[in-house]
Amino acid sequence: MNPTVESLRRAFGTKIERALVSCGQTVVYVDRVSVREILRWLKETPEEDYDFLVDVTAVEYRDPEPPLEVVYQLRSLKRGAELRVKAELPKDRALEVDSVVPLWRAADWLEREVYDMFGITFRDHPDLRRLLMWETYAEGYPLRKDFPLRGRFSRAEQVRQALAANPEAHYSLEELSIAQRQYDLPSDMRERLERGERGTVPEPGRRDDG
Amino acid sequence: MGLGRVDDAGGAGAGRAVVGQVSPNWVTTRLDFLVNWARSNSMWPMPFGTACCAIEFMATAASRYDLSRFGMERMGYTPRQADVLICAGRLPFKLAPVIRRIYEQMPQPKWVISMGACASSGGIFDTYAMTQGIDTVVPVDVYVPGCPPRPEGLLYGILLLHKKVMGETMADAELRKERWLEPGQLRIPARLVDELSEPFGNSIQQTRSA
Repeated sequence: MNPTVESLRRAFGTKIERALVSCGQTVVYVDRVSVREILRWLKETPEEDYDFLVDVTAVEYRDPEPPLEVVYQLRSLKRGAELRVKAELPKDRALEVDSVVPLWRAADWLEREVYDMFGITFRDHPDLRRLLMWETYAEGYPLRKDFPLRGRFSRAEQVRQALAANPEAHYSLEELSIAQRQYDLPSDMRERLERGERGTVPEPGRRDDG
Repeated sequence: MGLGRVDDAGGAGAGRAVVGQVSPNWVTTRLDFLVNWARSNSMWPMPFGTACCAIEFMATAASRYDLSRFGMERMGYTPRQADVLICAGRLPFKLAPVIRRIYEQMPQPKWVISMGACASSGGIFDTYAMTQGIDTVVPVDVYVPGCPPRPEGLLYGILLLHKKVMGETMADAELRKERWLEPGQLRIPARLVDELSEPFGNSIQQTRSA
């Protein structure tokens, strides 16, 4: 058992629900409303220092009773320690959990994928859109157990909807505006870009002769 | 999303060969032979490699099998300079509008080779995400079976296409007619798409969870 579990229990008490070891991997179940708080503590406490988010994914079990689980696989690059944190989402309530993008930028696409495949909503995610399926996909969430393998619609309807999708629609508005009108973006977007949020923008009129 | 128009190309009036102003005679058939001989011996492929079939396609193009023996060494990585669209690999629904646009961008005369089981029928991917054969999206001239086909198989398909091209005639005015399809419009009747997508072989045994 990873000693982090004891520290977690001391710091958060009943918010840490149960812990077990599976195949040598410590799994901690935590309260679903305090996921971000607990993960922030794990990341920012110097003794824990779980600085690397390996994966965010979700699990749904075959039987209808067990809740869905959101799984966070953490790793401390300095200490070499690993920890798996799970939050259980009962099916009779809204499938919602706080986004951890403020903690790890890596969570952005991982959470989008979980949203795409399981329909779990991540609160405060900056850009929660489908990642793998196209954005107008209307058949539901493919990795849920109630989703038929071949999809819900007839094949003809699936082909028709796929052909109606715009292949360029998976870019965010921001990306499209950068591609098309690099030099006259709105000032706030320009400011964010100049801060380096999505790479750098070349200055207008200046040419790199080197 | 609107459901769009149901395509009725299979109805009366479409698909019949209309002999234009020219009726076949000695001059046209000799000219046909010359034109078809030139076309079939200099086809520029547009590789649309989406999966492992593309590896076999590369092997076909490489020195041992040497696609250039058939006048195909010049890969047209732009559809505007290509004659044969070779779909090497499975076609997910998300790529369906892409391959249609590529096909529409190719100038006449143009042909399509569907390489491998997945491109021809969906293969083992009888799932929510995969078109069950690219012929539900673009017209196909030659199907090459195999998973993936060996280079000999692809070469045989190409030779079959040569044979098909040698049989074409300018007297057939419908042959090179472009059809402009709206986004979301099916190429063939919806009923036919469903029929082509029927599960077969082992696929009918698969369990459905709903």
